[in-house]
Amino acid sequence: MTEIKADDSLDLRGVLCPINFVKTKLKLEEMDAGSHLEVLLDDGDPIANVPQSVKEEGHQIMKVGKADGGHYRMLIKKA
Amino acid sequence: MTYSEDWIERYSRHIILSEVGGDGQQKIGNAKVLVLGAGGLGSPVALYLAAAGVGTIGIADNDVVDLSNLQRQVLHHTPDIGRPKVESAAEKMRLINPDLDIKPYQQMVDSSNIMDIIKDYDIVVDGTDNFPTRFLVNDACYFAKKPLVHGAILRFDGQAFTIVPDEGPCYRCIFPEPPPAGSVPNCSQAGILGSVAGIIGTVQATEVLKLILGKGKTLTGRLLVVDTLDMSFRQTKIRKDPACPICGENPTVTELVDYEWVC
Ligand SMILES: [Zn+2]
Repeated sequence: MTEIKADDSLDLRGVLCPINFVKTKLKLEEMDAGSHLEVLLDDGDPIANVPQSVKEEGHQIMKVGKADGGHYRMLIKKA
Repeated sequence: MTYSEDWIERYSRHIILSEVGGDGQQKIGNAKVLVLGAGGLGSPVALYLAAAGVGTIGIADNDVVDLSNLQRQVLHHTPDIGRPKVESAAEKMRLINPDLDIKPYQQMVDSSNIMDIIKDYDIVVDGTDNFPTRFLVNDACYFAKKPLVHGAILRFDGQAFTIVPDEGPCYRCIFPEPPPAGSVPNCSQAGILGSVAGIIGTVQATEVLKLILGKGKTLTGRLLVVDTLDMSFRQTKIRKDPACPICGENPTVTELVDYEWVC
């Protein structure tokens, strides 16, 4: 499987709910449909909530994986 | 577009809504809304529009705050008694949201000034408490092609209605002329349960935000009638009346009219 390259990224480590989702949403608004956004999220509430909210907005979660620092790396494809 | 951290945080609960988002919140920030009356209806309208971030809010009223207002006019606090209502209103709105351009008009709208005042605004909210002004505002907004959100309260009852010129009926399609003098209670003698002003005023504020966002179905062609003793919310379909004296086929009202005050 070929690695998808993110067109943009957001480091939301240390950003609480729901501001992490709000920032993800604002970033996605300015991106083109079909492009990819990589987001770094903390464990706990952020990783439990943000992917769900992003899906509810109609975007696709391409990948979620745990990174070395204990946080998560999520790749979104904009609808 | 870069947003400030404060902006993102202040409006986060709006931005989360799929009907709003960053784009919608910017539309709210660019909107110009005129609130006529800083009383029972104008209070919740002004407070919620300021909190929502409506970028320019005009508020017009020529009264001063009276002790008897405080039971329902939640913009005004006890230390405001004796102050012009628009001054008290502007202060409260700026405290909620310092980023806004608040324009107080310490005057009563009449046929000589209303066209000049409304021309700078996108949407007008009627929070006035008398029939002469209500008809004047309807007519002025029809002539200027401005959307108007109407509200009225009496005793335990309230009504709200949104008028989008040429898209739906106007106030005169329902009530062609003001009621004859003496047929309605004198404004200052009419009882009003204070919280009813909150119900109708927040309906008006919500209609304004929907008009700005272009989302949902406004109360265009639908009169919302609230009876809080039953706690019933009913809607009456209103059709554009071809015989309406202002928006009908053969209009008889072709200029603004200052009706006699019935109270
Ligand atoms: Zn009409």
